[in-house]
Amino acid sequence: MRGGWTALLLAVVAASLAAGLAAGAVPLPLSEVWAALRDPDASAAVVVRSLRAPRVLLAFLVGGSLAVSGAALQALIRNPLAEPFLLGLSSGAGLGAVAALALGVGGSWGVPVAAFCGAVAAVALVYRLSLVAGRRLDPRVLLLAGVVVGSFAGALMSAILVLSPATGIRNAFLWLLGGFGGASWQGVSIFAAYAAAPLAIVGLHARALDLIVLGEEPAHHLGAPVERTRRLVYLSTALLTAASVATCGIIGFVGLVVPHAVRTVSRPLHRTLLPAVFLVGGAFMVLADVVARTVVRPLELPVGVVTALVGVPVFALLLRRTLT
Amino acid sequence: MILDAREIVVCYPGAGRPALDGASCAVGPAELVAVVGPNGCGKTTLVRALTGMLPVGAGAVLLEGRPVAEWDRAAFARVVGVVPQREEIVFPLTVAETVMLGRYPRLGPLAAPGATDRAAVWTALERCDVDRVAARPVDSLSGGEWQRVRVARALAQEPRALVLDEPTASLDVRHEMELFELIRELVEAGLAGLVITHHLNLAARYADRVVLLSEGRVVASGSPRAVLTAERLTGVFGWPVAVTLWCDGSPQVVPLRPRERGP
Repeated sequence: MRGGWTALLLAVVAASLAAGLAAGAVPLPLSEVWAALRDPDASAAVVVRSLRAPRVLLAFLVGGSLAVSGAALQALIRNPLAEPFLLGLSSGAGLGAVAALALGVGGSWGVPVAAFCGAVAAVALVYRLSLVAGRRLDPRVLLLAGVVVGSFAGALMSAILVLSPATGIRNAFLWLLGGFGGASWQGVSIFAAYAAAPLAIVGLHARALDLIVLGEEPAHHLGAPVERTRRLVYLSTALLTAASVATCGIIGFVGLVVPHAVRTVSRPLHRTLLPAVFLVGGAFMVLADVVARTVVRPLELPVGVVTALVGVPVFALLLRRTLT
Repeated sequence: MILDAREIVVCYPGAGRPALDGASCAVGPAELVAVVGPNGCGKTTLVRALTGMLPVGAGAVLLEGRPVAEWDRAAFARVVGVVPQREEIVFPLTVAETVMLGRYPRLGPLAAPGATDRAAVWTALERCDVDRVAARPVDSLSGGEWQRVRVARALAQEPRALVLDEPTASLDVRHEMELFELIRELVEAGLAGLVITHHLNLAARYADRVVLLSEGRVVASGSPRAVLTAERLTGVFGWPVAVTLWCDGSPQVVPLRPRERGP
């Protein structure tokens, strides 16, 4: 990407982070936010440092990870409609996490692992269902399969919630609504620990993804290890989605909207696309969270509502374009 | 020989008869081999077997004397450039970016393309006469330009062998001829060329050797004049044809209408 775009991108990221720190139940002017960041004894230091900073950082990391997952899945499936939520990965991860919460196993470090198992099961099931006529992957069937698997996982989640003891239900419901209200520095470290490796793996496969976008045969002829790349990148997106779902519930459409937006201004080579998508995804989620917690103050909207309000029109647009 | 398939057998799972049944086909430097035959005779399967996409049940496929299955994918792609039959554009790149993908077998996972890579891309673009459209997105190209861009991408791999699967399908006469002229020029410059085609007459004029496939077997292999005889083609394609000689000495095939007799 050229210098101008990079500068604009970094400016957007900085602005979103500043907005995230300033906005909230008590809006703070930027000067106070700056003072609080520099001086631990400033009047707003507690709010900014221990409430808003982890929340903003977590939203940024989760948004970036979901957006990267979307971009990677779009390359693997060769379709701009692929996204963790629409392909049922998020619901699969949700089911895994709800099961772990209801059974009271895992704790903060174990829930992401349970979510990962759910996400992998969901992606395997969706993939299996959409292989029509042997080996061809039909994107329409894929989306249907994603919806079906997502609904199935949703039904199982409801069943578990109804059947589990009262304390389990409360925890699971709070988490399932989605959002960054419960963000803490511990949450940030857990998420970062789980997301680092899959992000690196996806990044190292940027070139292979460029080739896989051409199709299996051209990719093979240009030297890409197609099967290995697919498997590693699928697992990485499942882990990114699982870590996101386990820390902040099911948030859809980020992986759809952000790569689409980035592709309209920058060329789609993954070596530049993936970092740009991460930054824009992070900024998008931080801003969505700002809207979620300010628009109906003192109440808070689940952030997934905000991303869906932006995401569904984009989805409709892409759907028309893809299927015509 | 650079690419050498020796009596290979390929069976698709669930298929009754093998797609290739003891087929042999080889191509050496500065030689253009055309593979022809009716639909479903195993031409594309032969390309897939030659390029290591399909495992062979019996026989051997050798690249520079070593079994293809033993080659690392990137190393293989540095020796053999392939232009597959179909390619659907999902996320369009520019022409120059598309041709740069041909350098990927020579790039590490993170390193940026260097001056050598850019030079190779530019040479390939000029060679295929698509340097003027280098900045255009590939989904805005004509069919002929897009085919030449794909050939350029294969050339950017700086291969010693070039395999093309029906490169002129859906091209008009001019683009078809331009592409065959380009392939011939590349072969004259030392490349080993293997082209799968339905154009018997172009195969006859451009190829040094023709391999005629039918139902997975090689029916005949040799110079165009030896292979493309009226009797043999009539039998293989199941339609009467006449063969005449063009002024350059190449046989030219004319399909006959019912009750029509050849010259």
